[in-house]
Amino acid sequence: MLSLLWLVPALPMAGFLILALGGRRLPHRAVSAVAVGSTGLSAAIAILVSATHLRLAPGGGTYSQTLWQWMRVGDFAPSVTLSLDALSLTMMVVVTVVGFLIHVYSIAFMAADEGYGRFFAYMNLFVASMLMLVLADNLLLLYVGWEGVGLCSYLLIGFWYKDRDNVRAALKAFWVTRAGDTAFAIGIFLLFTSLGTLRIQTILEDIAGYPAGAPLCNAAAALLLAGAVAKSAQLPLHVWLPDAMAGPTPVSALIHAATMVTAGVYLIGRMHALFLKAPTVLFVVAIIGAATLLLAAFSAMTQHDLKRILAYSTISQIGYMFLALGVGAWAAALSHFVTHAFFKSALFLGAGVVIQALGGEHDIFRMGGLRRRLPMTFQAFTLAALTLAAVPPLTLTFNSKDLILNQVWLSGRGGIVLWTLGMAGAFLTALYTFRMVFVVFLGPEPMKPVGKPSLWMLVPFAVLSGLGAVIGAPELLNALSGVTGFYHYLNSAMSGPAREFGLRETEWVFQAVYVAVSLIGIALAYYLYELAPALVRSMTATRVGSRLHRMLFVGWGFDWLYRRLIGVPYVRLARLNRGDVVDLLYVAVARISRGVNILLSRTVNGNVRWYVAGVAAGAVIVLGLAVLL
Amino acid sequence: MTAMVPTAVGLAIAAVLFCTGLVGVLVRRNIIIILLSIEMMFNACGLAFVFAGSYWLQPDGQVMYFFILTVAAAEVSVGLSLVLQMYRQFGSLDVNTVNRMRG
Amino acid sequence: MTVVFYISAAVAIAAAILTITRANAVHSLLYFICSLLATAVMFFVLGAPFVAALVVIINAGAIMVLFVFVVMMLNIGPQTAEREKTWLRPRAWIGPVLITVLLIIELVYSLAYYQAGETIGEVVEPVDVGIALFGPYLLAVELVSMLLLAGLLGAHHLGRGVLKFGGGR
Repeated sequence: MLSLLWLVPALPMAGFLILALGGRRLPHRAVSAVAVGSTGLSAAIAILVSATHLRLAPGGGTYSQTLWQWMRVGDFAPSVTLSLDALSLTMMVVVTVVGFLIHVYSIAFMAADEGYGRFFAYMNLFVASMLMLVLADNLLLLYVGWEGVGLCSYLLIGFWYKDRDNVRAALKAFWVTRAGDTAFAIGIFLLFTSLGTLRIQTILEDIAGYPAGAPLCNAAAALLLAGAVAKSAQLPLHVWLPDAMAGPTPVSALIHAATMVTAGVYLIGRMHALFLKAPTVLFVVAIIGAATLLLAAFSAMTQHDLKRILAYSTISQIGYMFLALGVGAWAAALSHFVTHAFFKSALFLGAGVVIQALGGEHDIFRMGGLRRRLPMTFQAFTLAALTLAAVPPLTLTFNSKDLILNQVWLSGRGGIVLWTLGMAGAFLTALYTFRMVFVVFLGPEPMKPVGKPSLWMLVPFAVLSGLGAVIGAPELLNALSGVTGFYHYLNSAMSGPAREFGLRETEWVFQAVYVAVSLIGIALAYYLYELAPALVRSMTATRVGSRLHRMLFVGWGFDWLYRRLIGVPYVRLARLNRGDVVDLLYVAVARISRGVNILLSRTVNGNVRWYVAGVAAGAVIVLGLAVLL
Repeated sequence: MTAMVPTAVGLAIAAVLFCTGLVGVLVRRNIIIILLSIEMMFNACGLAFVFAGSYWLQPDGQVMYFFILTVAAAEVSVGLSLVLQMYRQFGSLDVNTVNRMRG
Repeated sequence: MTVVFYISAAVAIAAAILTITRANAVHSLLYFICSLLATAVMFFVLGAPFVAALVVIINAGAIMVLFVFVVMMLNIGPQTAEREKTWLRPRAWIGPVLITVLLIIELVYSLAYYQAGETIGEVVEPVDVGIALFGPYLLAVELVSMLLLAGLLGAHHLGRGVLKFGGGR
């Protein structure tokens, strides 16, 4: 059974190849059959393989499958090897299952689009690349998957390429992640030159021999962090994600909510031994996580594009994951990833349903009262929103976010400060999430939806929403009766610092605090947007309020900052260099040749006596040399 | 009784005659005088050969002069007919006017 | 006899210098003939009577006569001498004389440095020259005769009317 592992990335890749070569000629049914079929089969095999692995090695253990030797250059001999352990198993299952459901959703969502075949080809390629990323045994193969998902992200954001703005958004995403990719590549080079191998296991074992805080560890960890920050849209490289919402909604759901943006989290989790050896960098990870989650939450509160709210929400939630990683709570970060993948993609799919039902309207203040018109959508959306805000008992408690915050509180120096920031973030999360829910689904009805959303779209949406809600169930049972669940499985595979509350009772107290904060957030949202909407308007109308609103709306001005710091000087330099200084070198060669040509052709003046004089002078010189030497 | 001349002197005389011819080629603009100067250079070369032949007491020197002379004759005949053509085409014997091959 | 050699050498050089400095073309020709005759004397004194005769007969007697014919045909005489004088300003002489003087210095220097010895002073009979021509140098003689044929044809063709030169501007 385990040897079927290679099929998991291979099937979507095969789907991509078929669709890339013949997607335009095939009818829509065939295209969706190929795409959804390959992803579905891949998901089924992934679950099968995972079940086998769990049965054979319940606590951990790695299964490796070498496909072929990629190259052999002296000592450098990377092979295409897939390795399966708890971490990659988790990610593989999530990626394939979520990918499959979103593919099903896209059948109906993209049905009217002329680029149907192209869309599914890119989506399949994305799933294949992401699987290669998580299953990779060595950093080189991981980087291949890393670049592949970056490419697909670019292709899919700019899917409707006829609109210039979409292309600009795609380019922005590509360039910002490129900056991180370059740092990541340099980190790979550094690791290779220092340790002589790129196999992740070997690297982690060799790193154990280094002292904590060694320059190599710090440098490599910092570079890898840069790559992760760019890919996961954290401060300061988060500017691309809100604009990436220019792509179709399934793309936002799959790539920019569930999978690609968590590649950075995966990377840090995978290389956690390296990061443990670089405590400064790990602390920076926590700081970045905390800062991002707050900044993004503030910004999400002021957005009125439905998808942009969800984009900032994604940035914020990944900030939570980074915060967890920063304090060494690997398992907590990963379980938050799992739940987030489900409920965030569900939210995006629901947003897609709403947007399509209203004929392409994105502004939430033009929507309203959809509770009656789209009941199923309302229920699934609210369920996912409650999961996001971490509210029991509808979403079973000991939510992943709570796990993170517990670990942060217990982590010692600065832990309490970070915990406070995390709590503030949780409050804001509840606030902006339910602002969105109340404005879109409750209240007056300015626009009426056209038609009923297709079942192809609703079913995956509902399934994902439900999965997000119940995935934390085992944890609740653990708290009550010690049944081990998902979190404990991950914890045993990737051991972090063991932190437990001294007393069971303390844990319940904290839980009560979390629930209270979320409920207060929801209540405040209800008050502001249902009972007293004019209050918000009057707040933003004041001078301070409007300035603050403006700054939060544009994401704390990072775009403006980057344009001033990088864009404007670069354009100025390019204008200065319009004649291309470097080109001058090559042009100079041509100019010198021509100059010499002109000079020499002056000697060909048609005068015979001149030529004879040349011969005579030559004779003089040669004889002179013969005489002198 | 024939002369007994040091070889350096004899060859030096040939050299001087040769260079005189060279000056003539470089300075004069009349094509006929230029051809004449070339003849002078031929003559100087022949003198050198004959001188060497009489030094080594072999006929080869004179044989060489024989060939040089013949070549000079052929060259002069063709050269002078070309001069005639030049006169007819360009209307002048000034060698500076025949510069269409410039550049 | 050595004295005769030196005297005729002096005459040859003087006549050569005079050749290239005259404005009148006919004068130049005549001075050159004088130089040739002096060369013939030098050959005779060196013990090469055959080539001495050849110089006079062919060089002075045929080639120079050809020159004279052309000069007469083209009517180059005293009228053109004026024009020639303008071309023979001292300024035109500087460069060529410089190059030539350098050349002479180098040649004479290398000759004085490397050459030693004297000519024996014996005659090389025409018989020996003839035997050489019809012996080892037979092939060269035949080739030279072909060369003369080529020269003959070339002179005949090029001497006709005004030829059309193809191409050019």
